[in-house]
Amino acid sequence: MEHAEHPSYLQHHFADSQQQEETAKLGMWIFLLTEVLLFGGLFAFYAIYRAWHPEMFVEAHKVLDIPMGALNTFVLITSSLTMALSIRAMQVNNKKQTIWLLVATLLLAATFLVIKYFEYSHKFHLGQLPGKYYTYEGITAANPHIFFSIYFTMTGLHGLHVVIGMAVITWVLIRTIKNNFSSEYYTPIEMTGLYWHLVDLIWIFLFPLLYLIG
Amino acid sequence: MTENVHSHHHILPLSLYFTIAGILFVLTGITVGVSYYDFGSFNIVVALTIAVIKGSLVALYFMHLRYDNKLYGAILVLSLVFLSIFIGLTMIDTLYRGEIQPIEGSVINENAIIYEQNK
Repeated sequence: MEHAEHPSYLQHHFADSQQQEETAKLGMWIFLLTEVLLFGGLFAFYAIYRAWHPEMFVEAHKVLDIPMGALNTFVLITSSLTMALSIRAMQVNNKKQTIWLLVATLLLAATFLVIKYFEYSHKFHLGQLPGKYYTYEGITAANPHIFFSIYFTMTGLHGLHVVIGMAVITWVLIRTIKNNFSSEYYTPIEMTGLYWHLVDLIWIFLFPLLYLIG
Repeated sequence: MTENVHSHHHILPLSLYFTIAGILFVLTGITVGVSYYDFGSFNIVVALTIAVIKGSLVALYFMHLRYDNKLYGAILVLSLVFLSIFIGLTMIDTLYRGEIQPIEGSVINENAIIYEQNK
């Protein structure tokens, strides 16, 4: 069996496609662990400054737009759904549906960024900015610029993940169109899905912590 | 669990995906709704409980952890264990440092943008 014909997607160093898939998934989950810890540093940043300045956090979080944040939560959950469904479509060999669902995921990701852009530009306009760029005068508690440092760092890093996610989804979309995948092999779409769901997962925590708690 | 070793791709019914997404939408509505009520220090407990439920649904069903090799779920749990050690020990340090021995020394950076302390 060593030199038997194998499918083009199966690398030589794997015994079979199941082993190859499980290896990819293990690697992906370890990468996601590092992602959790990357954002974890910022969650620690949040926890420490919130503990030091509780009144300021309560007052400053009120300038965030809850409807916009909630809308973005709905957009991102829907994109997670379309991403999961695109993988399922490939599992049942429905390539056309996979393509449309990946396109839908991309459009929803873009919608998320457009909404985020409106929120950011509004804050830029009012001077609700991090650190020394903070010029807004509507918050009476001391040190409100710290809240906006945290807000922009956390949502900024998350937004960067959305942009990277869009690039990766575009890549698997092109490969799907090129007929690289089938119900036998679709690991890259599945790994992209895991990454995309993690981006959704992080937003699920960012949204209440930044917009709602007060 | 894994009835068939050869067909290791677990295909979930479409209805499950829509049900999970529906629950996630409802929970988002609830977490926004309850944020208009003030439970005092319980605000964070309520919000984080809902977030943990939502996150678990995403991880278990959208990320297939419920049906996959338990090793992947263990890695995610491990990341959260590391995270809680990281945040927990940091918080103990920053909140209670002065109670064990008085904090001495000067401000590290005189030009740091910390406005008046609200104490």
